[in-house]
Amino acid sequence: MIVVNGLEKSFGTVRALSGVSFTAPDGRITGLLGPNGAGKSTTLRVLYTVLRPDAGTASIDGIDVVSNGLGARRRIGALPHGAGLYPHLSGRENIAYYAALCGIDKATADDKVAGIIDLLDIAAFADRRTKGFSQGQRTKIALARALVHDPQNIILDEPSNGLDVMAIRSLRELIFRLKAAGRCVLFSSHVMQEVAALCDDICIIAQGRVALDDSVDGIRERTGCDDLEDAFVAAIRMVADE
Amino acid sequence: MRTLLIVFVKEVIDNFRDRRTLVSALLMGPLLGPMLFAFVINLSIERSLSDMDRSMKLPVIGAAHAPNLMRFLQSRNLEIVDAPADREAAIAAVKAGDIDVVVIVPAGFGAQLGAGEPARVELVSDQSDQEAERDARRARNAIAAYNQQLAALRLISRGVSPTVLQAINVDDVDVSTPSGRSGILLGMMSYFFIFALLMGGMYLAIDTTAGERERGSLEPLLSLPVTREQLMLGKVAATCMFMAVSLMLSLWSFFFALRFMPLEQLGMTPNFGPGVVLAAFFLLAPFILLGAALMTLVASFTRSYKEAQTWLSVVLIAPTLPILVVSILNVRPRLEFMFVPSLSQHLVLQDLIKNEPLQWLHVAISVTSTLLLGSALTWICAKLYRREGLLG
Repeated sequence: MIVVNGLEKSFGTVRALSGVSFTAPDGRITGLLGPNGAGKSTTLRVLYTVLRPDAGTASIDGIDVVSNGLGARRRIGALPHGAGLYPHLSGRENIAYYAALCGIDKATADDKVAGIIDLLDIAAFADRRTKGFSQGQRTKIALARALVHDPQNIILDEPSNGLDVMAIRSLRELIFRLKAAGRCVLFSSHVMQEVAALCDDICIIAQGRVALDDSVDGIRERTGCDDLEDAFVAAIRMVADE
Repeated sequence: MRTLLIVFVKEVIDNFRDRRTLVSALLMGPLLGPMLFAFVINLSIERSLSDMDRSMKLPVIGAAHAPNLMRFLQSRNLEIVDAPADREAAIAAVKAGDIDVVVIVPAGFGAQLGAGEPARVELVSDQSDQEAERDARRARNAIAAYNQQLAALRLISRGVSPTVLQAINVDDVDVSTPSGRSGILLGMMSYFFIFALLMGGMYLAIDTTAGERERGSLEPLLSLPVTREQLMLGKVAATCMFMAVSLMLSLWSFFFALRFMPLEQLGMTPNFGPGVVLAAFFLLAPFILLGAALMTLVASFTRSYKEAQTWLSVVLIAPTLPILVVSILNVRPRLEFMFVPSLSQHLVLQDLIKNEPLQWLHVAISVTSTLLLGSALTWICAKLYRREGLLG
């Protein structure tokens, strides 16, 4: 479970987050939705401890990300935006490197790597060097790498970027499977349809603040819009008007 | 420790597969030095050796006026050949660079000689042309020798010993050992070693910092349950390992290259056997940590691969400056120099190659001060990796 409470973060004079709070419970899929530059990535980067918040707290399964970053990182698998691979290593070696760094011993790691390659259906290109991979192939390897140690909390920053229809479909299936296994899935997106199709809860962020945080039906109700896209626009306007 | 090892192994494998890293670490650094060195040595051997043995063509105008002088010159391995028709043509030819030197014997040469007056001979050359001047000097020396011989004969015929003209006799006593003489040229070697050592780690230092950031692989790496210090130390360790291999290769390639250089002909016998190769490795090894930490530190401040490359070429040059200054001023090793990295390695290495006794206090200070500085820089690197701004 991921709990975020009053996060604030500035880069120089730019205020990226001004009090973001939400909860992503286990066994549910939480979507972080917002226009470009709303603060989605910044929030997620604080969660996987690459950034330190100026104020506010965030915890992973009750472990504070600032005071115990290492402990928090043990509980997450993260796919940062535009995650890069090592071009001279094969897909399998890229995944195995992360498995080893996560502390999985060699014998178990081989099984786990083989398992995740199977699960994501990437065996066809897993043993090639990743130099020259397509965006979709790269994203799949990066996703496998983030999930290889079986984390309880999964943080995905715009995972569907650059994926084709088939790949998006299998990504969706994977996320549903993780939910069914009782995992906490938190992902960001600016694509309405994707969020609508996947999420149990939606947190709409605009200008570094939470505009709305509710279940899909709750959001429809509170904005008075049946169509989720209209609801999104209405929520953004609410922030802008304040 | 386990994390450090995992990062180390991965970086070594990753970079072994990178042709650019491999070429710079295992080819460029180790081979560039010996090749450049062989080139310089062979050039200087060619210049200094060929002089006396080589038969030289000497154009002479009016050779018929001085048959004895001509015979003397021929005995000095100077081949008398036809010259331009007259003085003006000779001067023009020398000016144009067609001929290096021309000797002109005037018609009155024999008469002046017979009368016991100083007989006049002209030697035309371009003294600003170093290459031509060597030939001119040889002709001049040969004529001067003939002059001495004639003068001595004249003194003897008047019943005077030729030694009255020698008030002072200067004897050169050269105390430099054959190895010591070689030291001047071989002083270049220590720079090649340091260069090869740094080249070996340069691309790793870039790849593990600026490269990783540019590729976008740094952020996911930092989201793993490992500390940033461990990641950093693993990367520095991999850089050190490539540098060590590069240094080792460079030392051995010099060892083999020196076998094929006619250094004895230059009066040099460098002390560079297998034992010295290993000793040199251990003397230079402390510089590996310092170089790796320095390059990693510089590269982690840069924003891109290209920027890192630019800055690291400056780092490649920096260690040469103290060596250069010392070589020009020709200073002797002193205790305080041993605190300066690269300079201390250079000076100790020179003693080793010149086959002079090693001063163990100097060695100890050189090794420990460089190691301490390297450790301090590594520590700074590790701390720097905690910075948020690292992701750019």
